[in-house]
Amino acid sequence: MINRIAAIGRYGTASIQSIGRAGQLLLNSLLWGGPGSAGFSDLIKQIYSVGVRSLSIIVVAGFFVGMVLALQGYNILVKFGSVSALGTMVSLTLLRELGPVMAALLFAGRAGSALTAEIGLMKATEQLSAMEMMGVDPLKRVVTPRLWAGIISVPLLALLFSTVGIWGGAFVSVDLLGLYDGAYWGNMQNTVIFYDDVIQGLIKASVFGLVVTWIAVYQGYDSVPTSEGIGKATTQTVVISSLAVLGLDFVLTAVMLGSI
Amino acid sequence: MRMRYIELAVGGFMILAIVALVLMAFRVSGLAMNTSGETYTIKARFENLGGLTERAKVSMAGVTIGKVTKIYLDPEWYAAVVEMEIDKSMSTLSIDTSASILTAGLLGEKYIGLSVGAEADYMADGDWVQDTQSAIVLEELISRFMFSKAEES
Repeated sequence: MINRIAAIGRYGTASIQSIGRAGQLLLNSLLWGGPGSAGFSDLIKQIYSVGVRSLSIIVVAGFFVGMVLALQGYNILVKFGSVSALGTMVSLTLLRELGPVMAALLFAGRAGSALTAEIGLMKATEQLSAMEMMGVDPLKRVVTPRLWAGIISVPLLALLFSTVGIWGGAFVSVDLLGLYDGAYWGNMQNTVIFYDDVIQGLIKASVFGLVVTWIAVYQGYDSVPTSEGIGKATTQTVVISSLAVLGLDFVLTAVMLGSI
Repeated sequence: MRMRYIELAVGGFMILAIVALVLMAFRVSGLAMNTSGETYTIKARFENLGGLTERAKVSMAGVTIGKVTKIYLDPEWYAAVVEMEIDKSMSTLSIDTSASILTAGLLGEKYIGLSVGAEADYMADGDWVQDTQSAIVLEELISRFMFSKAEES
């Protein structure tokens, strides 16, 4: 009995310890500089591997999400005779919620897991220890460019997701369902406010980008350096960052709408 | 060579995102530029617009033939002036065409409905619609009805 209670206590302290280590990692790796720090070309390389290579999944997913939003919205709104609100519905849903959230979730699955596996493997093959031996800080060399690549890439991906989604919605509602295109675009232009909706969506997406990459690099950096440990860390990355994105989305939305 | 390809790809990605942002600014959040084809403009004076906005559609017999481009107040008449762009394919509007502000459904958006006249001459660019009918404001109708009921009892 005592042993079980002690096990719960150990589990608790272990999780708090791990949060502490994650905070330390972020603090030590967010800023550039230091011995053997990564250069600008490393950032470009990382934006390529997490951002550019996630582009195809983002564009395809965005197009289908936009199409299905328009289809569902049309079938609901047509009952109330307010199909003209369809463009507004599709664009606001995408810009405020689905763009940032879906882009972050896809990013976590596509790029986050790869980051964890990459860093975990670096740890398992003792590349990180070798860097320390050479006097190079692996946090600055390996983690910093990846973190910033995530912060930069996710808002851009979210923007592309929303754009493709809105055009996908236009394709379904205007071209397939025969909605008047002036109603789709006109009502959208009347209601969407650039600074409120577009920019706030981008802020949200940058926060998600930071959180997802942070979790990914931490899981890799903190993984047990065996093949089993890396596999577990990769799963953890996807699970934790998906939950973090969804939970954080509610908090950020509440702050931005200012209603709570 | 590989680094050059990566730089090109990242640059393309950035440009794509900037294009998306520009599209968001102009096409989605309303700083829209004119994209339609050949049109001509006619004007109409209304006493009350009742919620008609720019970019609202202009229709005839239920078919959309144009859109509202500009709304402003005429300081001499104290009436609202609505400028609308009509598609060039509908260039055969007679000069005594009448315009009224209608509502799509009971609570839907406002639009302008044109009804044909009988004259043989056609409207040209910049002409005024003489016969107009203002929007029906639902609140006014209800209050008028309530007052008349109150007087009866």
